[in-house]
Amino acid sequence: MTAVISMFGRLGRSFLGMVSRLGDATSLSSASLGLLPTRPWQGRHIVIQMFNIGVGSLVIIALTGAFTGMVLALQGYYTLAKFGSESMLGAGIALAIIRELGPVLGAMMLTARAGSAITAEIGIMRVTEQIDALEMMAVNPRARIIMPRIIAATLVLPLLIALFDLIGMGAGYLVGVELLGVNPGAFIAEMQAKVTTHDINTGWIKAVAFGFLIGVICTYIGYRATPTTEGVGKATTQAVVLSSVGILMLDYILTSFYL
Amino acid sequence: MIRCKALTKIFGDAAALNSVDIHVRAHKTTVIMGGSGSGKTTLLRLIAGLDKPTSGEIYYGDEDFVHMSRRRLYELRQSMGMVFQYSALLNSMNVYDNVAFTLHEHSDLDEDIIHTIITMKLEQVGLRGMEHLMPSELSGGMAKRVALARAMAMDPEIIFFDEPTSGLDPISAGVITSLIHDLRIKSHHTSVVVTHDVDAGLRIADHVVLLWQGKIIAEGTADDIRHSEDARVRQFIEGRPDGPIPFSRSSTTYVDDLLHKPGTVRIEP
Ligand SMILES: Nc1ncnc2c1ncn2[C@@H]1O[C@H](COP(=O)(O)OP(=O)(O)OP(=O)(O)O)[C@@H](O)[C@H]1O
Ligand SMILES: [Mg+2]
Repeated sequence: MTAVISMFGRLGRSFLGMVSRLGDATSLSSASLGLLPTRPWQGRHIVIQMFNIGVGSLVIIALTGAFTGMVLALQGYYTLAKFGSESMLGAGIALAIIRELGPVLGAMMLTARAGSAITAEIGIMRVTEQIDALEMMAVNPRARIIMPRIIAATLVLPLLIALFDLIGMGAGYLVGVELLGVNPGAFIAEMQAKVTTHDINTGWIKAVAFGFLIGVICTYIGYRATPTTEGVGKATTQAVVLSSVGILMLDYILTSFYL
Repeated sequence: MIRCKALTKIFGDAAALNSVDIHVRAHKTTVIMGGSGSGKTTLLRLIAGLDKPTSGEIYYGDEDFVHMSRRRLYELRQSMGMVFQYSALLNSMNVYDNVAFTLHEHSDLDEDIIHTIITMKLEQVGLRGMEHLMPSELSGGMAKRVALARAMAMDPEIIFFDEPTSGLDPISAGVITSLIHDLRIKSHHTSVVVTHDVDAGLRIADHVVLLWQGKIIAEGTADDIRHSEDARVRQFIEGRPDGPIPFSRSSTTYVDDLLHKPGTVRIEP
């Protein structure tokens, strides 16, 4: 009996802990976003972060995009051939990538490549007292460190995902048409006929939402990391895990809204 | 200039600072000394506004520092500098940009003028010509000197130092100590120095505050401290391991621990 009660006690406490962290994250992020640049030249910190986050992720996005498109072509062809509708391959690949795989895999790759780096960088700034130093130099660390990274992640991810989609569809075309012998005219025509503006918008909305989520989670966990070397290590892992799970959960919610 | 009344800071259920009263005099060097864990860093962070006290008051002039708005705090901080224990240079920028950081952020000066100022500041700490180096390319002593130049960039009225000499070789430590002293004499700012380096501390101090377990146990001029009769003060400045200040901070006895008596931590076989 006491064991059950203590289990509920622990569950309750960890739930309360989660809720209070969620509240803390929300207030930190919204306070930081309230510090948007007021003069154009202050926007340079955002641009610098977009560069840091975006350029470093280009190769990994291109690679995952290519292989996703290629494997989709193989799997799609295998399935569609059973119904004798190989001509639908282009549409199938495009819809899967634009609506689902581009945003989700692109966001996962950004988390792994740039999100973890954001958390580690901010955590190290905390350990080495650089955040305190900014504070002492009368520069608000939330305006200088958190806000630009959240905005940059939100703006950069849609661009990266657009690249992912293009490369993925291109690679799918190569495998489907050149390797498996699907009629190129049918491939393109079905693609154009079946992909609607609504599908593309779904992709955009997901991309923006995932970028924002990654920015908020990775900056928050880095900023609040225990200021030790192990603390930063743990925070980095936690940021990647939470962002990835968060992306998949948010993906379900958004998909059910925008189907 | 700064007055603290009954400052208390509690972490968990232990008081890192216990009802400390302190008066930092303008244009003087106040040195806060004490053993490891005595609350020096905690006190400095409170006075600099990096942490809030659990209770107690801090006044800058006659302004309430604890309940000050962030805007006013940042205004005040433009006339403050701080040299952190591990320098805390911004590692994404080179030496020049680190030292020029506050000028770039808070002044409308032309880059030509900023360049002149930075050259002068770096000359003062003996690092002119190192502008292009990144923080990762600096030794600990050089980083400290850059941090000192950065803290002085805006000609602050008050500079805080956290362990300015710890982790440095005797020569670098001596150089930093002399710099702190000479620059203070030249530019008339107020200094607050936290250190456990007794010799350096007493050499530069106009006023010494000795902390032990979060409380002030002695206060006065360097000579007052040197000639103090208090057994705890004597033990500290002579660096003796035994005396009224125990080396071990354990609350259980050593023999009990070795015999695995109840209430002690056991090492499982
Ligand atoms: N963030 C914190 N969380 C919990 N306890 C803390 C924290 N900071 C300091 N303490 C505790 O407060 C006490 C005083 O710490 P403080 O860092 O002020 O000591 P110090 O005099 O600067 O020591 P040192 O010379 O080793 O730097 C210590 O017992 C320490 O464990
Ligand atoms: Mg300390």
